[in-house]
Amino acid sequence: MVSPQMVMYEEEFNQISAICDRLCREANSKVVFLVDKNGQLIASAGETENLDTTSLASLTAGNIAATGGLAKLIGEREFSILFHEGEKDNLHISIVAGRVILVVIFDARSSLGLVRLRVKKSTLELTGIFERLLKKIEDPAAGSPFAEITDEDIDNLFSD
Amino acid sequence: MSFINYSSREINCKIVYYGPGLCGKTTNLQYIYAKTNPEAKGKMISLATETERTLFFDFLPLSLGEIRGFKTRFHLYTVPGQVFYDASRKLILKGVDGVVFVADSQIERMEANLESMENLKVNLQEQGYDLKQIPYVVQYNKRDLPNAATVEELSRLLNAERVPEFQSIAATGWGVFDTLKAIAKLVLQELKKGR
Repeated sequence: MVSPQMVMYEEEFNQISAICDRLCREANSKVVFLVDKNGQLIASAGETENLDTTSLASLTAGNIAATGGLAKLIGEREFSILFHEGEKDNLHISIVAGRVILVVIFDARSSLGLVRLRVKKSTLELTGIFERLLKKIEDPAAGSPFAEITDEDIDNLFSD
Repeated sequence: MSFINYSSREINCKIVYYGPGLCGKTTNLQYIYAKTNPEAKGKMISLATETERTLFFDFLPLSLGEIRGFKTRFHLYTVPGQVFYDASRKLILKGVDGVVFVADSQIERMEANLESMENLKVNLQEQGYDLKQIPYVVQYNKRDLPNAATVEELSRLLNAERVPEFQSIAATGWGVFDTLKAIAKLVLQELKKGR
């Protein structure tokens, strides 16, 4: 079924960013980022300056979608953890709260065991935040920030 | 579904180009990529076979400017058109905000167009969407080819819903941005409704 639109508020964003920052430090990793299952980047931490996080987000979501498809074919609901090992850098990918993807990039300064341990702890905290966030989004009182935009606003975007 | 981020004041939307194999979906994206200012676009990713047929998807992130202080970002995706990649096509439709159906105008490809459109309806339904409810436009591509069917004929067969339709020659870019603007507008209007 169609999942509700994702909305990120300042308050939750700060909490999520703080968890990503801490995870990046505690897991001794290079980069941590969170992606919506639809491929949109939610938050990132660590050495992201030279990283194309938009592409990473989209490919990660594609990867999770493809492995999810594979899982269903063999009768699994999903594979909740993926691990890609490279010569220098490795990727640890896991699903949080059923709809966001947590990615950790790490090298020889860390280890798979440490990353898994720290990810587990952070996942619990993130799950709580996302559950609250989804409730907040579904609350009809929340309204759409775009209810006030006019057709003119939209036309202006395409005026040149 | 679109993603509204109050913290970074961004709004992200997903547009999928759908259509039969070799109709020009990737060519649409390549033209958009080539003609967009570097600061408004990200890297274009193509997951393709050695013969440049799309294997999983093409992806192009695009910024269109600001509305009321929110940056609007559109993520453009194409699906692999070949019939046997259906499992991949379903995955790419997840979370879609708007669909462009690219039809191949050649008379010989009419059957493939119809089959692909039927496939689009079925796959959207599986995700819980209805083509009649979501932002959707049709593009008749390859208008320059001598064996192209008339627009009236294409429209009769492929646009029963009477959604906005556009003629194009994606290889030269004619009609490509008109199509993109139309779907982007529809997506934003849908957001305005606050669905």
